[in-house]
Amino acid sequence: MAEEIKKKRLTDIGPHDYNDYLSPMIKKNYGKWAFHEILDPGTMVHVAENGDKLYTVRMGSPRLVSGSFVRDICDIADKYCGGHLRFTTRNNVEFLIEDEKNVEPLKKDLEKMGYNVGGIGNIIANIVHTQGWIHCHTSASDASGVVKSVMDELYEYFVEDKLPSKTRIAFACCLNMCGSVSSSDIAIVGTHRKPPRIDAERLRNLCEIPSTIAACPTNSIRPDTVDGKPGVKVNEETCVFCGSCYTVCPAMPIANAENDGLSIWVGGKVSNARTKPTFSKLAIPFIPNDPPRWPGVVDAIKTILNAYKEGAEPGERVGEWIERIGWSRFFKITGFPFTKYHIDDFRLAETTMNYSSHTRL
Amino acid sequence: MGKKHQTPLLDELKKGKWISFVREIERAAEKSERTEDLLGQVEESYRDKVNHWKHGGMAGVKSYGAGMVGRFSEFPDKYPGIKECHSMRIIPSAGFFYNSDFLRKLADISEKYAGGLLNFHGATGNIQVLGMSQAEAEDVFQAVAELGFDLGGSGSDLRTPSCCAGQARCEFANYDTMKICHDLTEEYLDELHRPAFNYKFKLKFSGCANDCVASAARSDLAFIGTWKDKIKINQDEVKNYVKKLNVQKYVLDKCPTKCMWFEGEKLVIDDENCVKCMHCINVLPKALRSGDEKGASILIGAKAPLVTGPRMGMMLVPFYDINEDAKNDYEWLKGLISNMWEFWDEYGVSRERIGELIGRVGLNTFLEGIGLEPIPEMVGHPRSNPFIKFTEDED
Repeated sequence: MAEEIKKKRLTDIGPHDYNDYLSPMIKKNYGKWAFHEILDPGTMVHVAENGDKLYTVRMGSPRLVSGSFVRDICDIADKYCGGHLRFTTRNNVEFLIEDEKNVEPLKKDLEKMGYNVGGIGNIIANIVHTQGWIHCHTSASDASGVVKSVMDELYEYFVEDKLPSKTRIAFACCLNMCGSVSSSDIAIVGTHRKPPRIDAERLRNLCEIPSTIAACPTNSIRPDTVDGKPGVKVNEETCVFCGSCYTVCPAMPIANAENDGLSIWVGGKVSNARTKPTFSKLAIPFIPNDPPRWPGVVDAIKTILNAYKEGAEPGERVGEWIERIGWSRFFKITGFPFTKYHIDDFRLAETTMNYSSHTRL
Repeated sequence: MGKKHQTPLLDELKKGKWISFVREIERAAEKSERTEDLLGQVEESYRDKVNHWKHGGMAGVKSYGAGMVGRFSEFPDKYPGIKECHSMRIIPSAGFFYNSDFLRKLADISEKYAGGLLNFHGATGNIQVLGMSQAEAEDVFQAVAELGFDLGGSGSDLRTPSCCAGQARCEFANYDTMKICHDLTEEYLDELHRPAFNYKFKLKFSGCANDCVASAARSDLAFIGTWKDKIKINQDEVKNYVKKLNVQKYVLDKCPTKCMWFEGEKLVIDDENCVKCMHCINVLPKALRSGDEKGASILIGAKAPLVTGPRMGMMLVPFYDINEDAKNDYEWLKGLISNMWEFWDEYGVSRERIGELIGRVGLNTFLEGIGLEPIPEMVGHPRSNPFIKFTEDED
């Protein structure tokens, strides 16, 4: 047998040098861009101080993609962009085009292939989302299916600029909230409504009791003796069904087909433009899971969007619009019932009350 | 393996105009047969309204404590192709810039050794390759390493730092977000690969206050580009904007500090009162540009709800001179981060993010611990209650 030279195992090589992936025009104008213009919801141009123009065409993606998808976008990048492309934080693909003549043919090719071009300007941005039933054990709902259902219905707002401002929707399938869900114009959040179920025997083998107790935001988990052996018990009166204990202790499953669903939150933003960043606030505490198309969630989002489109001034984000018209009017316009669940009772709850005589009658 | 499953519920999600993830999973299954079983199991979830993944079970590569997330099917006999369906996190190229050569090779790897499915990108910013078994992990790892890519963070460690497109393609960027993101990732590889923290720690870099990577909502330490000197005004371009836009209503009246006004046709800005929110520059990009003395504000403590509620990043350092510090290999910043991590290690408890620790011990204790002086920029307003704990060192 021929002697094989064992290859040295590569380890800790660190991040790849991004300079390898910058197009010649980007390298030349790095740090020297003068301004940009949005040409249409799928296209923008960045103009450098020396007059160079770099065109960007943005395309939606479902984030979870096949190797074949990757080859599709590579073919387009090779044909029109010298192989250069990037992704955005909201999971879009951006083709970086140095020759203006390539812009329209590239867009036509993408449309022929059935891809979605848009997402720039006063639009619904691609919905950032989590893994859901496809790949997550703590999910209270699927992610991709809800996102697909909402985007199908709101498709016109991805490809046409007709909202008062950019509108960012985000989805998280549980309160872990992977992604910047808690400060979105509209947030959809997977929600459990029943306490965890304790499997005492598995818990003894699998879980560390102190860290399980420490995982609870409401101190609802206490040490307990089960069949003469150490275990935990849950105070169901104070449990808020967050699932944090299940994250650290696999023997406390919380998913419950009949009681899991989604909540809707509004008015958050990350940007500092005009007003400070804010968290999204509760609009609808619970909508049951209704796969495969989640009509209740889709309707709720459309109600919010229509009210926003109708009432907001140009440039106002959802939260700025609500802040101007007041929460009482928001609930009135949307018809969403205001319930006891809308009044905060967690840490800092006191800071959220209306300490004034200001009211819209 | 590779058995076709009936998926009437998922098939509904192949209809409609928005790109279908179901179609993507099917395309992946055409290349990697095991992924047929993913369709089967997800269809069951759609019917049962619960996920069918087990909790528990590790996955990883030798000498790393992070970078892989273990995932096991609840029905391994029925869906053997996803009995193990782990994902591998790969540090992205800064700013998510790639070329077709790398992406094609990565697609090949994902089909050869895994389920043919990828995430561009995970919530923190990693590329994710989905659907491999523990036995295949080393092959994927080495194949990816040969392309010059390394694994990202997971668990209680430094999570993969991320940044916006920055100066590569944005005139708003006040510092080189990609460079500092890349350099610090390299600096802290050990913290990234070998979890030794109380909980996760995230670093994110945004070039301006528009904060496209949501750093102040998501990262324990957020860097938001800013400037110290005057906004640069091109008065001719201002006039052009005035012809087509109600600049008074949509720009000046929206300024949070009302620091700009017209004197005749001339736009005047009281820069001392400007809070660098970016609104006027966003709306009038041809007329206004940020100043020349650029750097970043550093905000601390942002996090998602678990365990004690969500937190937004709070101002810690109003102006960090990145360009100056970069000349010294970020000596000042590394010192600050090192002080923070030491304080967090000493006083934090398991699963306590640094923002929660500050909330628990108080900002003053934290500032003393890391050696920063209290300044008014750190607070929305001074205290309004009289319960002051005077200490003996103050006469």
